[in-house]
Amino acid sequence: MSTLDPVRFLAKNLRVDLALIAGMIAPGARVLDIGCGDGTLIDHLFQTKGCDARGIEIDMAEVTRAVAHGLPVMHGDADIDLAHYPDSAFDYVVLSRALQAVERPREVLSQMLRIGTRAVVSFPNFGHWLVRWQLLSTGRMPMTATWDRPWHETPNIHPCTIRDFFILCEEEGYVVEQWLAADDGGRRAPWRRFSRLANLFGEQGVFLLRHR
Amino acid sequence: MDQSVTRTDVAHTHVTFDDGIALECGTTLRRHTVAFRTYGTLNADRSNAVLVCHALTGDQYVAEHHPITGKPGWWDMVVGPGRPVDTDRFFVICPNVLGGCMGSTGPLSNRERPDGTLADEPWGTDFPPVTIRDMVHAQKRLIEHLGIERLFAVLGGSMGGMQVLQWAALYPESVFAALPIATASYHSAQNIAFHEVGRQAIFADPDWQNGRYWQTGRIPARGLAVARMCAHITYLSEEALTRKFGRRLQNAPKDSTEAINLFGEMFEVESYLRHQGSTFVQRFDANSYLTITRAMDYFDLAADYGGDLATAFRGTRTRFLLASFTSDWLFPTPESRTVARALNRAGANVSFVEFPTDKGHDAFLLDEPDFHRTLAGFLRGCAVHAGLVR
Repeated sequence: MSTLDPVRFLAKNLRVDLALIAGMIAPGARVLDIGCGDGTLIDHLFQTKGCDARGIEIDMAEVTRAVAHGLPVMHGDADIDLAHYPDSAFDYVVLSRALQAVERPREVLSQMLRIGTRAVVSFPNFGHWLVRWQLLSTGRMPMTATWDRPWHETPNIHPCTIRDFFILCEEEGYVVEQWLAADDGGRRAPWRRFSRLANLFGEQGVFLLRHR
Repeated sequence: MDQSVTRTDVAHTHVTFDDGIALECGTTLRRHTVAFRTYGTLNADRSNAVLVCHALTGDQYVAEHHPITGKPGWWDMVVGPGRPVDTDRFFVICPNVLGGCMGSTGPLSNRERPDGTLADEPWGTDFPPVTIRDMVHAQKRLIEHLGIERLFAVLGGSMGGMQVLQWAALYPESVFAALPIATASYHSAQNIAFHEVGRQAIFADPDWQNGRYWQTGRIPARGLAVARMCAHITYLSEEALTRKFGRRLQNAPKDSTEAINLFGEMFEVESYLRHQGSTFVQRFDANSYLTITRAMDYFDLAADYGGDLATAFRGTRTRFLLASFTSDWLFPTPESRTVARALNRAGANVSFVEFPTDKGHDAFLLDEPDFHRTLAGFLRGCAVHAGLVR
């Protein structure tokens, strides 16, 4: 595991995990952002790093907002549309805070590393101590700032923990080039050398993967 | 419907090429004329040209009053000063298609004899069967004539969108941005079927006279109007028809002799369609309608590239915007999605948006603020990438 370069650029209003992701991406790279929302990250990558960044988004209102802002975004579904991209079309394929919401996370990851040399994945950590505590103490599905919708309303059908994700990468043969845990306030947690602590105190995990 | 209407002869801005155009069918036209309109100013390095491709019954009068009908340009909400295709910034070119009837070479033009001289009578139904590709070839000649090597953007809806796709496939280096709107990479069996109903309506009109209607001066107005009425239904949606007309009745016009007036009253939707039909025949030529509907029916871009649409766009650097409309059942969203996925396979830069509306296929011509904002934003973004904006 290499150590992560410090995130030097934290744009105003750029979502924390997006800033952390941007810090993992080399200037001038070809990037596909899956679940790009209104295109904040691809705009940031183009403006500050000269990347050829494109996006896919499932919410049509967000797609419209992004394209009306001049950003190359297409309506599409991560579970279906990645299959239509050629091998190694991108240097990085990004999936930010959407892994837990796709139908088949393993298949999506495998597509990401087929069409891209590297994958950047961020997801809310279900192993955070507050989530664990709420489940233990109340016996009910946790409701936190990150997990803020009741179980029957949430689009997050595949929650996982940072440890779970490490294990999946191991099983699938992906190399974790960089990883970190962060809290929602934007400070990177200091326990990134120790994944079990990160899994307890990190509100989200950010991973940079490549094929073995 | 007045049987005696004739199209007013109007002089159209045009350029004639006499070095021949080889058509896909194998025929070569020795000379061909492209009628066109331009708006805005071409900049010094000729990098701000935008080509607008019109649909089946459109023409080059995209952003000004029509010389025959007096109506506003067919896309004056999209093209003009301060509009999404801003004529204060872009030099907009809109040609009449090959096979059209607004000044470009078509069935109304004088026929060429085998020795290349012009006969005194029109081509009529002997006009060669042209294709979307032939139309694009003719447009390319016009663009070259205007001294433009690369178009900043090519855009159009419906059949105009077919031309956009054909442009992007044939001349990728000449198209910086392509905007195929409410269109498809091939004409579906259902769409061909509707076109055939329209053509049969024209053939069934005794005034069609095997296409030689200039000999008597009586045009097949009824047949062409029925063709238009049938087509017009396909441009709308059930929701839009219900919203606009419902089942409301009105009195039938007293001076009308048509059979429907036996009932003494008519549904508003009938009246509307008749109006659409009767105004159409004043500006459109029946043989042109036959020629152009056929060109659309023939269109199948993937078939020209071994059956794989992605091959048509392999390696392209053109930036694409595909746009479709939820209630469009003539060129439904899945057909745009098919094109978007082919572009993905080709590694192209593609944006794809579907707009919610109940206005059917016609939505691309109507007041759809989200659509217009998106067009403007996409073009603005492309202008940055093209270096048009400092």
